[in-house]
Formats: sequence, structure tokens, C-alpha cells
Amino acid sequence: MRDDLQLISDWIPRNATLLDLGCGDGTLLAHLKAHKQTAGYGLEINQDNLAACFEKGVNVLEQDLDGGLGNFQDHRFDYVVMTQALQAVLRPDQILNEMVRVGREAIITFPNFGHWKVRAYLGLKGRMPVSSALPYEWYNTPNIHLCTVQDFETHCRKHGIRILERQVINRNHRTSMLSKWWPNLFGEIAIYRVTV
Amino acid sequence: MSQQNSDVLPHAAAGSVGLIEPQVHHFDTPLELECGRTLPTYDLVYETYGTLNSDASNAVLICHALSGHHHAAGYHRPDDKRPGWWDTCIGPGKVIDTDRFFVVSLNNLGGCHGSTGPASINPETGQPWGPDFPMMTVKDWVNSQARLADVLGIQRWAAVIGGSMGGMQALQWSIDYPERLSHAVVIAAAPKLSAQNIAFNEVARQSILTDPNFHGGRYYLHDTYPRQGLILARMVGHITYLSDDAMRMKFGRDLRAGRFHFGFDVEFQVESYLRHQGEVFSRNFDANTYLLMTKALDYFDPAREFDHSLEQALAKPSCNFLVMSFTSDWRFAPERSREIVNGLVHAGRNVSYAEIDTPKGHDAFLLDIPEYTKLFGAYMHRVANEVENSANETENRTEHGEAGNHA
Repeated sequence: MRDDLQLISDWIPRNATLLDLGCGDGTLLAHLKAHKQTAGYGLEINQDNLAACFEKGVNVLEQDLDGGLGNFQDHRFDYVVMTQALQAVLRPDQILNEMVRVGREAIITFPNFGHWKVRAYLGLKGRMPVSSALPYEWYNTPNIHLCTVQDFETHCRKHGIRILERQVINRNHRTSMLSKWWPNLFGEIAIYRVTV
Repeated sequence: MSQQNSDVLPHAAAGSVGLIEPQVHHFDTPLELECGRTLPTYDLVYETYGTLNSDASNAVLICHALSGHHHAAGYHRPDDKRPGWWDTCIGPGKVIDTDRFFVVSLNNLGGCHGSTGPASINPETGQPWGPDFPMMTVKDWVNSQARLADVLGIQRWAAVIGGSMGGMQALQWSIDYPERLSHAVVIAAAPKLSAQNIAFNEVARQSILTDPNFHGGRYYLHDTYPRQGLILARMVGHITYLSDDAMRMKFGRDLRAGRFHFGFDVEFQVESYLRHQGEVFSRNFDANTYLLMTKALDYFDPAREFDHSLEQALAKPSCNFLVMSFTSDWRFAPERSREIVNGLVHAGRNVSYAEIDTPKGHDAFLLDIPEYTKLFGAYMHRVANEVENSANETENRTEHGEAGNHA
């Protein structure tokens, strides 16, 4: 399992209910169901991922995140999780609001566009950054709303979203001293637990 | 090789369940119906494919749609031109894999393909039931299906599966017999009919009821049947089974003779197609059954008993659900399936949902559409694995138990 998923699953207590936005092949949900007896649903639009979830016995609903979460009641879930999808939705601000409405807490991960390598790539090469965390070219990237750790935190502050926990990890999914002190410069992937 | 293949009769081809002999069970225990009446005795005709395992845990029930019947897969005779109505999905190695599942498919009560219905003889009068045959509901069908399960020694279905009206039966099963199924597969269905759905059904019924050959439903005694009414009913129904796109692709504005005739005979291909569909249908379907089945559809509304809350209606089911819809289906559009999904999510049930992108309309559920086959197949694969894993566990437990005794 991906290290960011491992980190997230450490944050989730036993018997929690959760909604996983863009759940992929259902790895996280299946892991949590088996090890923490969680219940919940994933949302996904990719047919291969849906089929993989079906095979795993993970509840998955074909639903486009850009259509919102209007079909879920307030505080229906303990956690709403979204890994590596915030930058790919049409309106990240709206989906964030929906996440903290539907879940008591929300867990979000995204690639940090403020990482020094990204800055250096653009600054020195003068070209849109391509890296292992951002493997696409400018013309085919699904990542249409990239942001930095600071962008995200500023947004949360402005809109009354409380940050309960933050982890920033590097390419090897490790936390280093540098990324602890300067997360916006040395964190490649940011992981947040937030609420309102 | 290709020569050889073309010589193979379809029923002997790989993927076919082969030649099938329908079976009939006679029930002597009266069946109380939702309308307040009782059916004293009745027959159910059914087919089975595959083999029931030793603990009867691999059984799957197929529920049919409006014009369906028990013959879902395989062939009755070697020279049959077409296989059963869901042969695309049922067979060895197919989505509903008869190498793994024991599949049961029946003709519903009130039908006209061998189960007791309006054309059957009413034992009290010695005449065909006709319009006196009691009105059936989805609930009644599910009750009669549960009795068939008892007869077959099936305590719990691995899955109850159906499309359209069949999906409604699967949903009703989950509410009325929550302990008797592990999975409900609800395809291209709705939690209840809309006013527009009922309106189309009413047009179909009126075309039958106003046919001069209908004779108040006692046409059997007049040695005739409301042929025109049935044709019209089917034509209007058929329009709702296809999508605008499907019709455009299939017929467009193509003319049969290539030019206008400035008359009311068949000119456009779509007219010819609809008339043909209507005519074929009218030869094989009983008008009273059509009336009865459309009413059963209209009445279907499981939330009604629960203060009109679908969430409450779905509070009881403990099974897992798969709900599927088709983007171009406007008879029971994806929104209608999402109503079911939302009800299940609100009730905290296990549910998965897929929306298949296809221009084929409502009828898509009967077709071999790659995306549909893949997803449906993945789900049924899981169901089969669960059945086989739990059977293995039971076996292991028994073995360990014996080992313990020896020690």
C-alpha cells in the first residue's frame, strides 16, 4: 500500500464510517475494512477502478466529484477522505466545503507545488514542472488546480476550516527535519486532517 | 476450423447452457395476495442451469421483466433460432457463470408462458380466468418465488438478479425476505414508476381494452384475441425501450422504398420495425397478462408501506446491493437508480453503483455491452468467490473438527 495511504489509515480509528472521494481501486477502503472494521463507500468514475472495487467487495458508487456531494446528509460520515484528487477537481474550494459538511473530519492529500524542486524546475528551466509526484505534461495533466502548502493553509484560515493535523512527506514518503521546519519548501506530498 | 465451428449447433457451442427442459411445480397451498384475494392452487414453470452445490449456497434467482418468462438461457430444441432472453449473461464462463452458480429462472404468476395466469383454467368455473384472474403485485411474485425456493431446497439465494421489472423484484426480495439473500442486483430499475411511466402503461392498456376483440377480457371464449390492441401496446412500449440515439443509429429517416409514397402505408424503416415488433409480440403474448403486468408495475412502491420513506423501507435489508443503470435509458433513467442508491446509502446498506455509458436505451440491460459485462462480471465473480470461500471454510472446519476428535 502507498505510504500516504498507510499514514491515513493510522489516523482512522476502529469502526469509523468513511467516504473516500476518488477511491481508485479500493485499496484504502479494503485495508481499513479488514483491519479497522470500518464501513463506508468510495466514489469513483474510472470503470477499471470500479471493477477492481467490485472484486474486492468494497462499496463503490460511480459518481463524479465535480457534481458535488449533495446526495449525502450532513455529518453522515466520521471521515471524508480525498487522496491526490483535490488538484484535479473543477472547484477544490467547493469540494472542501462539501467534505467538512458530510464528514465530521476530512483528510486530504495533495502534491505540494511549493516544493523546492518544483520551484527550481520552473525557475531555472522556465518550463512547467514534471516530476514523480507530477508526472504529466502541461497539455495532458488532470491536475488543473495545483496549490502549495501555504495556499491550502491560507484558504483554510480564510474559510473557517480548522487544521487538526498536518504531515508533509518527501518522495520516499518520509518525514524529514527539513520538511518539518519548512513544509512548503521541503514537503512533496501534504496530508491534512481538517474540520470546521 | 471455421468450417467446423459453423457446423456446431448453437446449443452445443461453448458458453451455452445447451438444451433445456422447463419444469413445472404445482402448489396446493393457497397464496394470499396483496389485493386481498387468494389463489387456491397454482403452477410455476421454471428452468434451472448449472448444479446446486451440497449446501445449496450457490443458487441465483433471475427475475424477469414485463414481457419476459422462464426461458432465460439455452435452447428448448436444437432448431430453435434464438436462445433464452438473457443468454448473453447466463452460461458457462459468462457473467452469471453456470459453472459456479445454480441459476433458477421462472415465469411469474399471471404470466402466459406456463405459470398460472389469466389464460389458465379457473378450477371453480372450468373456464379460463380471463379478467377474473386476481391482480398481482411485485410482492405477490416475491412470495411465490420464495415458495419455489422452498421446493428447491434453497434457504438463501447467493443473489437475486433482475433488470427493469426484474430489478424491482430483487429490491422487494431484500425488503420482504432480508435473511434469504446475500446479494440483490438491481439493473435499470426504479423505486416506483413516475407519472410518465404510468401514462405510457395506460396508453398500452387502453389500446388493448378498446380493441373490439377484447370482449371484456373473455376473448378466449370467442376464439379470438385483441391482436391490434396488443400490437399497439407493444409499439408504444418499444419506443420507451429504445433511446432517441439508438433509433437514429438504427433507422434514421431511412425509407423502405427510397422515396415518399404520400400515403399511410409503411414508408419509414422505423415504422416497419415497430409494426414487426408489435406483430411478433401479439402472437406470443396474452393481452390479459400484459394488462396485469403493467398494473403490477404501476403499483410497485415499496416505500408506501413505510410512510413513503425509501430509507425506512430499506432499513431492513441486510444483503449487499449492486445497482446499475444506462445513460441513455429514459424509461428508468440513471436518476431513478440513484434514488435507490441514495435510499440505501441513507439507510447505511452495502451498495455499489455503476452507470453504463451506452446509447442503447432501456434495452441495454439485455445486451452484451463490454463495459456492462465487465462490471457485472466483476461483481458476480466476487459473489461466486464468497460462496466458494465459505463452502471451503465449512469444509476446513469439519476436517479440523475430525482431527481434533482423533487427537
